[in-house]
Amino acid sequence: MSDKTPKDGEPGWFERKRNIDKVWYVLLVFGAILTASEFLYEHHPHFAIEEIPVFYEIFGFLAFVFIVFAGKALRKLIMRDEDYYDRD
Amino acid sequence: MTAIDVNPGLLMIAAGLLACLLPRVGRQLLTLGTPVAGLLLLIATPMGALTTLPIFGYDLTLLRLDGLAFPFGIIFLIAAFLNAIFALHQDDRLQDSAVMIYGGAAVGAVLAGDLASLFIYWELTAVSSVFLILASRTERAYSAAMRYLVWQIGSGVLLLAGILLHYQETGSMAFTTITLGSVGSWAIFLAFGIKCAFPLLHNWVQDAYPEATITGTVALSAFTTKLAVYAFARSFAGEELLIPIGVVMTCFPVFFAVIENDLRRVLAFSLNNQLGFMLVGIGIGSEIAINGAVSHAFAHIIYKSLLFMSMGAVLYRTGTVKASELGGLYKSMPLTTIFCIIGALSIAGFPLTSGFVTKNLTLTGAEYAGYFWIWLLLIFASAGVMEHSGIKIPFFAFFSHDGGHRVKEAPVNMLIAMGIAAGACIFIGIFPQTLYSILPYEVTKSPYSVQSVVTKTQLLTFSIIAFGVLIRAGLYPKEIPSTNLNTDWLYRHVGRYFVGVLAYMARWAWAGVCGGWRATLGAAHGLIRRHYGPDGAMGSAWPTGQMAFWATVMIAAYSLIGFWYLL
Repeated sequence: MSDKTPKDGEPGWFERKRNIDKVWYVLLVFGAILTASEFLYEHHPHFAIEEIPVFYEIFGFLAFVFIVFAGKALRKLIMRDEDYYDRD
Repeated sequence: MTAIDVNPGLLMIAAGLLACLLPRVGRQLLTLGTPVAGLLLLIATPMGALTTLPIFGYDLTLLRLDGLAFPFGIIFLIAAFLNAIFALHQDDRLQDSAVMIYGGAAVGAVLAGDLASLFIYWELTAVSSVFLILASRTERAYSAAMRYLVWQIGSGVLLLAGILLHYQETGSMAFTTITLGSVGSWAIFLAFGIKCAFPLLHNWVQDAYPEATITGTVALSAFTTKLAVYAFARSFAGEELLIPIGVVMTCFPVFFAVIENDLRRVLAFSLNNQLGFMLVGIGIGSEIAINGAVSHAFAHIIYKSLLFMSMGAVLYRTGTVKASELGGLYKSMPLTTIFCIIGALSIAGFPLTSGFVTKNLTLTGAEYAGYFWIWLLLIFASAGVMEHSGIKIPFFAFFSHDGGHRVKEAPVNMLIAMGIAAGACIFIGIFPQTLYSILPYEVTKSPYSVQSVVTKTQLLTFSIIAFGVLIRAGLYPKEIPSTNLNTDWLYRHVGRYFVGVLAYMARWAWAGVCGGWRATLGAAHGLIRRHYGPDGAMGSAWPTGQMAFWATVMIAAYSLIGFWYLL
C-alpha cells in the first residue's frame, strides 16, 4: 500500500471493489471454517435446541435479518422529519 | 473513624467544589489526580470497613466496603480518570467541576451504607450531571436537560418517599436487601427503575445523552445507570421480576438502534440493551449470575466509554455524528477507527475481549437456572448488539461511503484515553482472572471452553455475514436524517397539546368569571385607585411610610389573634 494518504477523489483501500470482495470472501471462508469446527469437539448442550446442527449459525443469521427488517417496518410507524420537535 | 476510612466519593466531591475556583492547570491536576488518590484510598481501605456517624439519634453509615461495593467503586474511579484524560483538551470550568462532583456522588453512593446517605448522593448525581448537558450551551440541549432533570428528580422524590415509608414499615434505614411487597419497597424499586431506564421509563437516556457535550456524554454513560444497577444488586438481588424486565430491555432497543441516524443516540439505545443483561443477571440472583451482572457493569463502563469517546472524537473533528453525513473516516482518523473497532468487538462479546468473559457469566447463569426462553432472547439480543454497536457504529462512521470529511486525527489526549480503554478491553479479555478476583463471589470456571468460544463466534460471525448479504443485495436500510418517535413523544407532543388545551380552557373560564363580575371588579378597581392612585392618600406616602403602616396593621392582627387564642 504505497498511497497511505489518498488524495481527494481517489478511492481508499476499503473503497475499491476488489478489496471489498476480498474482505467478503475472507469472512465467508472464516464462517465455513467455524461451521466445520463444530464437528471437531464434544458438545455439552444445556438446552435441546443447541443439539440442532449449525444452530448458532442459523440463529445468528436469521436474528440479524429479522432485526433489520423489523427496523425497516418500524420506520414506517415512527419516522418523522429531522426537525419534528423543533417546529411550532 | 481512622484517617483511612474516608469515603473516596467525598474526596471527589470536595475536589470538584475546589476545582471551580482554580485556573485551568489546577483543575487538570485535580481531575487527573483525585480519581487516582481515590483509587489508592479505596484499595487501602480494609474490606469490611464500616464507618458510622451518629447524628440526631440516628447512625449514618458513611462508608461500607464489601465485595459488591468494591468493584463498582473501583470502576467508577477508573471511569472518572479516563474521562479526565479525554477532557484535557477543553477549558471548561463548569464541566471540570460538575463531572468530579457527579463521579464523586456515584462513588459515594455505592460506598454508603444507609438509605438516607444513598438519597443524598442519588440527588447529587442528578443535579451535578445536568450541567454536562447544559454545557452544550444550545437551546436544544437546554430543553433536553430540563426533561432529563424532571426524570432524575422524579426518581429522587420517589426514592425519598419510598425510604420514608420503608423506614415506617420496617424501622430500618439500612441500605441492604429489600423484599418487594409494601408500598415503600415498590417506590424504591421504581425509583431505581427510572434511573436504570426500565422499559417505558427509558427514553430520558436517548433524549438527553446525545445532547450532552462531547466529554459529558462519556461521563453520563458511565455513572447514573450503573449506580442504579448497583442499587438493584444491593437491594433486589434474586427478585425474579427483574428477569422479564431485563429481557425486554435487551431486546426492544435493538430495533430502534437499527434505524437511528445519530450515532451517539444509537449508543444510548445500546446502553439500555446492556443494562438489560445486567438486570437479568441480578434477577436470576445466583452467585454466577450476580458475578455476571457486576463484571458486565465493570467491563461495560470501559467499552461503552470507549465507544462514546470515539464518537465524541468524530464529533469534535467533523462536527457531526449523523451516520448519513459520515463515512470513510478511517483514512483521516485511523487510530480512532482501530480503538472504536476494539470497543465494538468488546461490546459484541467476541472472544479475547472483556465483553466475552463477562456476558458469558450471565448467559451461563441463565443456562444453569434452566431459563430457556430467557437464554434464547439473550442470544437474540447478542445478535442485536452485534448489529448496532458491533457493525453499525464503526461501519457508518469510518467506512461505508466517503462522507467527504478531510479532518485531522483526534487530539492526543483523546487518543491516550481511548488507547487505555481499548487496552483494558483486551487485557480483561485475555486475563479475565484479574477482574474475576474482585467480584463478590468466587469464579471457579474459565470462560474459555472450546464450546463457548466456538458457538459465540459462530453466532456473531454469521450476524456479520447476514449484514454482508443484506448490504450487497441493497436491502440494508439507508441512513436517513430523521427523528424517530419514542415515549418522549407523549410529553413533547401530546403533552404540549394537552397543556395548550388546558390553557385555552383556563382563559375561557377566566373570561367567564371576569365577565360575570365585571361590575363588582370595576368597583373594587375604582376603590383601589382612589386610595393608591396618583391622587390617592396612600399613593402620596413614601414606601417606607406604607411599610410602617402595614407592619402596624399586621402586628395588630397578630396581637388580636394571639389574644383570641389565649382567651
